[in-house]
Amino acid sequence: MNRFKNNKKFRDNIITYLLVIVIFAVVESLKATGHISSLMKGLLVPVCIYIICAIALNLCVGILGELSLGHAGFMCVGAFSGAFFSKCTAEVITVAPVRFILAIIIGALVASLFGFLIGIPVLRLKGDYLAIVTLAFGEIIKNVINVLYVGKDSEGFHFSLKDMVSLHLKEGGQVIINGAQGITGTPNDSSFEAGFVLIILTLFIVLNLIDSRDGRAIMSIRDNTIASESVGINVTRYKLMAFTISAGIAGVAGVLYAHNLNSLMAQPKNFGYNMSITILLFVVLGGIGNIRGSIISAAVLTLLPELLRGLADYRMLIYAIVLIILMIFNWSPAILELRKKYSVRNFIKNKKTKEVE
Amino acid sequence: MSTVLEVNDLSISFGGLRAVDGFNIKISDGQLYGLIGPNGAGKTTVFNLLTGVYKPDEGKIFLEGENITGKSTIEINKAGIARTFQNIRLFKNLSVLDNVKVGLHNRFTYSAVSGILRLPSYRKTEKAMDEEALSLLSVFDLDKESSLLASNLPYGKQRKLEIARALATDPKLLLLDEPAAGMNPNETKELMDTITLIRDKFKKTILLIEHDMKLVSGICEELTVLNFGSVLSQGKTSDVLNDPEVIKAYLGDD
Repeated sequence: MNRFKNNKKFRDNIITYLLVIVIFAVVESLKATGHISSLMKGLLVPVCIYIICAIALNLCVGILGELSLGHAGFMCVGAFSGAFFSKCTAEVITVAPVRFILAIIIGALVASLFGFLIGIPVLRLKGDYLAIVTLAFGEIIKNVINVLYVGKDSEGFHFSLKDMVSLHLKEGGQVIINGAQGITGTPNDSSFEAGFVLIILTLFIVLNLIDSRDGRAIMSIRDNTIASESVGINVTRYKLMAFTISAGIAGVAGVLYAHNLNSLMAQPKNFGYNMSITILLFVVLGGIGNIRGSIISAAVLTLLPELLRGLADYRMLIYAIVLIILMIFNWSPAILELRKKYSVRNFIKNKKTKEVE
Repeated sequence: MSTVLEVNDLSISFGGLRAVDGFNIKISDGQLYGLIGPNGAGKTTVFNLLTGVYKPDEGKIFLEGENITGKSTIEINKAGIARTFQNIRLFKNLSVLDNVKVGLHNRFTYSAVSGILRLPSYRKTEKAMDEEALSLLSVFDLDKESSLLASNLPYGKQRKLEIARALATDPKLLLLDEPAAGMNPNETKELMDTITLIRDKFKKTILLIEHDMKLVSGICEELTVLNFGSVLSQGKTSDVLNDPEVIKAYLGDD
């Protein structure tokens, strides 16, 4: 009985990995044979970024059960720390993959550190309050980076929150983070292949975490905090753990984002709260707590607006209608009942029982 | 027999209401002890004080001689008190097996890193956890439902699962808050057997709150009766149940 149950979890995870690998293989072969438009090619890395973000947020919202609207903020932190590192070491480390891997590690670490520090006070709050505070955090990060100036010259690093001039750079000095203009000239190290590897890594970490002692503790807090305290689960510790890992993964997505563009700026459209809401949308429509669902919905909903481009003005209208229909299809109790009744699994089961009879 | 739980003059007030007033109890090793009283007498508040959900205003709690007054719920569970709840609190979206495995959390450990990387310690510990959890579930006749979601269990089995989860933490003292609430006579009878079995097989000391007098008189060796937050009567079950004061508290004057 137990072995069967483990097998089911195991099988579910394998299906998720296979799904990602098969899609990757198909896209790669389409790319090689030239069947993908340049528009779609440009979307491949963003899709990877959104998928990673959706998995990260699902860990926070679906597994830990805490609503965070600050994941764009963690992404922003990861993006800037990763890009900062790459820009500084562009001449020192000339092997692009090595530099990129280091940038990802740094982005993940800095974002997790922020997640940890923010988490200590914030995770004492519940529900809406947590959402509001994390939302504020995301906005604060974005605004701070917009006034942050960092330069480098022969004496080392200079910081300022005022303007470029007050950095007092020596001759030959270089401005790395230029306030609202952000970081320009980040090496373009991101690629669809790198994104794929990162998705697999993220999946590996998150799925294995869920199916372990710590994952069970995290999910027990989601289901009933009082009961999990009563069996000796350290609630604060596990909340922080899940939140930190989630922030770190969002940071990785940020690094991928930063290395996909020539100039990185913290704007409302990329790291504002709209972004946080978009990621939350992927998680909710894919199914809260359902990692595979997050991957599918992030991919489909990122590609959909571009695929609908032919409809010109009606594009966003149809996009909105699709969202509403999906929401009803996924969450309406009546539809869920119907889906259960007519599901493929049920069909196979019925057939089997009939055969036995 | 050694004393497992000793409580001296435990009191707590909520605003102007003295919910528990000078509560005393002494439970020896292996005893099946009942805590009864009319609705609102403060029974569950006593449980919440014992498990650290509330901090007492006055009084001391000793578990096997160790002072656990004012400690957190988590520390108290580690010290050896586990409980169930009046309104069932299961981890509804986890499987029956996983519910028990959460209970085993502090007894079987491996690091988060070995969990994520699936190191040998993960496999070994998980296997041991599965075996331990399944053997616990089989005591409650739940092993066949181990892969079901906890929320899909029928009511009586949910109660049993909660007891199994509490037992998984290997407590010295088990607190059961109205284990027979909402059960039919047959289920109650079965539950009585299970509780006696827990005491005899696992050598646990049990303190239970219950309204079902059949259950109380059937299995409890000693009783404490609470009324308006203070102890009304205490002693051997048959003596307490025949105490005129107790009868008055339950049935009123005349």
